[in-house]
Amino acid sequence: MSTAKGMKLTLKVWRQKNAESKGNLETYELEDVSPDSSFLEMLDILNDGLIQKGETPVEFDHDCREGICGSCSLYINGEPHGPGRRITTCQLHMRSFNDGDTIYVEPWRAKAFPVIKDLVVDRSAFDRIQHAGGYISVNTSGNTQDANAIPVEKENADQAFDAATCIGCGACVAACKNASASLFVSAKISQYALLPQGQVEAKDRVQNMVKQAQEEGFGPCSNTGACEIECPKGISLENIARMNREYLAASLAK
Amino acid sequence: MSESKGLLKSHIVKKYWMAATGLFLCLFLVGHLAGNLQLFMTSYEGQLQFNEYAVFMTTNPAVKILSYLTYFSILFHAVDGVVITLNNRKARPEQYAYSKPGKNSMWSSRNMGILGTIIFVYIVVHMQNFWYEYKFGETPYMLSDNGAPLLMDGSEVKGGEIQNGAVYLNGDQVGDAMRDLYTVVQSSFQEPLLVAFYVLGMIAIAFHLVHGFQSGFQSLGLRNPKYSPLIMKAGYAFAIIVPLLFAIIPIYMLIVA
Repeated sequence: MSTAKGMKLTLKVWRQKNAESKGNLETYELEDVSPDSSFLEMLDILNDGLIQKGETPVEFDHDCREGICGSCSLYINGEPHGPGRRITTCQLHMRSFNDGDTIYVEPWRAKAFPVIKDLVVDRSAFDRIQHAGGYISVNTSGNTQDANAIPVEKENADQAFDAATCIGCGACVAACKNASASLFVSAKISQYALLPQGQVEAKDRVQNMVKQAQEEGFGPCSNTGACEIECPKGISLENIARMNREYLAASLAK
Repeated sequence: MSESKGLLKSHIVKKYWMAATGLFLCLFLVGHLAGNLQLFMTSYEGQLQFNEYAVFMTTNPAVKILSYLTYFSILFHAVDGVVITLNNRKARPEQYAYSKPGKNSMWSSRNMGILGTIIFVYIVVHMQNFWYEYKFGETPYMLSDNGAPLLMDGSEVKGGEIQNGAVYLNGDQVGDAMRDLYTVVQSSFQEPLLVAFYVLGMIAIAFHLVHGFQSGFQSLGLRNPKYSPLIMKAGYAFAIIVPLLFAIIPIYMLIVA
């Protein structure tokens, strides 16, 4: 693999000192980047160079680097997680780009996701939405019953699992023209709404989570479908329809 | 913000109203189109039938209720649409320096507000052209094939005279004269610029419907793997066929007449 020819790249990276300061796009030139390196490795190389020059490295979120933690969050060349489909930024490789390319790297843009520094945004709004209802009140300390004791229809179990694959990265918000969190919120609602254990709090859950999302400043859903296409886990718009249905039923009931 | 649980403030509830009024307006389009298709009959009988239809549409009480429901839907859809568009923009105060929205969504889905504004302007001009003209303008009157005035119910008044919209026979008023909306439409569409305006209006409606039809079902939660592909296809078919048939009428009037 080491025989691959190195790439020359121009990077336009969003630099912002802190939440209060005004940021700007900074231009960096990189030589001899391996096409086999991941996007985050490429940023590591950029940061090594910056540190050696005595400059402040570019701050960006990352953790597992294998597409499951939901930490990485970059808006690359006009799309969340870059040009690939069903991958996170850490799963994007430089072979997706061409030698001589200019690559724009920006943070998620949303009122509810304020920039903390450079490419890092505060996604605690997602945590607060979860706290508003993304749980079931079952006592699981020491008296957990067997999972198969309550029969669940296979189709429902599969759909609930698909919804639960959401890693909460926020790409749906980043992609949406209204910075709406509908795909995230609906996935977190669906993973319980489809299971018997989730029924007890179903009405409160949908009302409280939807309310919290709106209060955080996420926009309305315009059904453009951008979120579904950019979601690294392929969460379906069907979840948003389910949320709309659940919210209507809950609003009519109480 | 604590009141945002209130039904009117919720983003989702605003979308329910958008969907309900929008889908009702889709039904209205079908009814309106059915009426308009009568304009293709250029014979005297066709002209008479269209004008009798115009009388029915402006006098029938059931139609009246439907028309008020339609006006309400148009206005509510427009106002709700403006409010939603403003909320949409609030959620992203700082824009991306470089964005490729075309990679993940359709232009029409992202520009419903612009399309809606064009359609609203179109509706105002359209109402002025025909609705206002028919109600308050100086329209020509429909005559029988013998040249005698016709009453609103289509009966002929031999030897009658029309004055200020009423039919007089031997000096006595016998009823209101049937207005000739057909000729108003036909003569309006002799103006190529107006025809072009109407065709553009229909193109805007087509793009609005490409997104709006399926989006309405989605907002109301009416979606599942079995019938959603059907809704998508029906939406595309509706968005192409209905505005196309509407748009052909002014072109036909310009070319044939």
